[in-house]
Amino acid sequence: MTAQDVLDLSAAQTARTIADRGASAADVVTASLARVAANAALNAFVTVASEADVRVAADVAPQGILHGVPVAVKDNIATTTLSTSCGSRILAGWVSPYEATAVSKLRAAGAVIIGKTNMDEFAMGSSTENSAFGPTRNPLDHSRVPGGSSGGSAAAVASGACRIAYGSETGGSVRQPAAFCGIVGVKPTYGRVSRFGLVAFASSLDHIGVFGRSVDDAAVGLQVIAGHDPQDATAVDVPVGDYRAAAGRPLTGLVVGVPTEYYPASLDAKIRAKCDRAIDVLRQLGAEIRTVSLPHTDLAIPVYYILAPAEASSNLARFDGVRYGPRAAADDLSDMYERTRSEGFGPEVTRRIILGTYVLSQGHYDAYYLKAMLVRERITQDFANVFASGVHVLFTPTTPSPAFTFGARSDPLDMYLSDIFTATANLAGVPAMSQPIGLVDGMPVGGQLLAAHFREADMFCAAYALEHALGPEALA
Amino acid sequence: MAVSDADVLHVAALARLAMPADRVPALVRELNGILDHMAVLETVDVTSVGDDARTAMPRRDDIVGSVPLARPLAQFAPSPRDGFLLVPRLSTHSQLGATEGDE
Repeated sequence: MTAQDVLDLSAAQTARTIADRGASAADVVTASLARVAANAALNAFVTVASEADVRVAADVAPQGILHGVPVAVKDNIATTTLSTSCGSRILAGWVSPYEATAVSKLRAAGAVIIGKTNMDEFAMGSSTENSAFGPTRNPLDHSRVPGGSSGGSAAAVASGACRIAYGSETGGSVRQPAAFCGIVGVKPTYGRVSRFGLVAFASSLDHIGVFGRSVDDAAVGLQVIAGHDPQDATAVDVPVGDYRAAAGRPLTGLVVGVPTEYYPASLDAKIRAKCDRAIDVLRQLGAEIRTVSLPHTDLAIPVYYILAPAEASSNLARFDGVRYGPRAAADDLSDMYERTRSEGFGPEVTRRIILGTYVLSQGHYDAYYLKAMLVRERITQDFANVFASGVHVLFTPTTPSPAFTFGARSDPLDMYLSDIFTATANLAGVPAMSQPIGLVDGMPVGGQLLAAHFREADMFCAAYALEHALGPEALA
Repeated sequence: MAVSDADVLHVAALARLAMPADRVPALVRELNGILDHMAVLETVDVTSVGDDARTAMPRRDDIVGSVPLARPLAQFAPSPRDGFLLVPRLSTHSQLGATEGDE
C-alpha cells in the first residue's frame, strides 16, 4: 500500500497501518503535502508546513490514536511552529508564544500538523471570501464558495489532503462549510473542548470544532481534543464519552425530534426532499420520529448578530499596534490606534466592530444588547424543553441552500441569513453536527443533528447509522 | 431608530477606527438594513427572564477620552514634582550646565 493509498483510509485506519508498519508516518505526511500542493488553486491554506518539518514531526510522533495522521488547523488556533494570522493583515506572520490546548492534545495523540487553513478574517463570514489572503474555493466546484468561516479546513478535507481538520464555530462556521463541501462537521457542547489558544471573536459563542471525511473521522477528531482544561475557565469538568462506541448501535428507543421551524414553506423543495429521505431512513432504522417546536428559532439571527458583534468589538480592541499588530505611522497615540486598526482590519470586521459598538452604546444598550441577551435565554429554554420532553436528538437541514457562487451574497444581511439553521446551537451551547445527505443540483447538502448538552454520543449514534444506511447515496 | 452619519462617526471614534468620509454612507445604509432586521426583537415578551442580565452589567459613559496609563504616573518614579519625574543626577548633567543642588 502506497502512502497515497493510506491517505484515503480513515484516520483510525491510517494510525493502525502506520503502527503495523504498513506505511511510514513520514511518507504519509509527505503524501499529504503533495495533495495540498496539487490543490493549491483552492487556496485552502494560509501556511503550509515544510516537508522537512512534517517528516521530523512524524518520526517523533507519539504512538497515540492519531499516530502519523496529518491534520490541518484553522489559522485562528494558536501554534508555536506556524503563524496564526486569523486571515487578517493585522496578524499576518504572527507566531504565538504558546500553543492551543487542542493543538497540544493533537500532538500528544500523534497527529502531525500540515498547515494552517484559510478563513474569513477573525472568523467573521460564511463564505471564506473575507480573508486577507484571498478566497478559498470549493473543491467540488471552483466557482462556488466552500462556506465559512472555516472554509479552508473544509476544503482541505474535501480535497483529500487530510481526513481530519479543525475549525472554529461562533454561528455555524464548521457545520455550514461541512455541508457545502460534502463532509462531516461537528460543534461540541460549549465547554466540551478547551478554547485556550483560540483567538477570541465572541467568547460566549466561540467553540473549537472538527471536520471529518466520515463520521468516524470526526468522532476520533473530537475524542482527542475533548476534556477539561484548567487554562480555560469555560471548559467544563464532565467525563468525556466514547464517541466511537456509538458506531453500530441500534436506533431502537432513540427519539428524533423534527422541529417545524426549521422546515419553513420557503425552504428549497429539493433540500426538504433530502431531509425527508434522511428522516425516513432514521425511522426505518428503529428511531421514533416526533414533530416538535422550537418557537423562538426565527429570532436567532437578530440575537446572534447583536451579541456576536458586541463581543467582537470588545475582544478585538487588543489589536491596536501596541499589544498586537504592526504599528502604523502617526502623529499621536490616538491617531496611531485608529490608523493601525483601520489599515489592519478588512471591511466585514470593521462593519461588525461598528455594529457591535453601536448596540453597546448609550441609548441603544437596552434596546439591542440587553434585549438580545434576554431573548437568547428564550432560545436556550426552547432546547431545554424539547430535550426534557424525551427527545434525544433533533434533525434539521444544515443550510437553506447548497454552496453559492462567489459574490452572490454581497449584501451583509443576505450573508448573515446563511446561518439561520446553525446559529441557534451556538446561542444555546448544545452540540450539533452536519453530515452529507445528498446532492442538490450537483452540490452536497447537509443534514444537521443536535443533542442536549454533553450528549454528543447520542448525536454520533444517529450519525453513524445514517451514514451507513445512506452509503454512497449521501453524495448522490 | 435610524442610524445617522453622525452615529457612525461617533461609534467609529469609540471603537478607535479611522473612518474615511466616503465609507460612511455605505456603512449607514448597511447598518440600517441590519438593524431593521433586529426590530423583531421588540415584539418578544421577556418579562419573566433574565434578572441577572438586567442588573449584572456595570455601565460607563460613552466618551472618547485620552489613553489612560494602567498605573498612575507617580508609581513609575519615587519623586514626581510639578508633572515632571525627578531622576538621579548624572555626571553628564554638569556638562549641560546644571547647577549645584539640582537633583
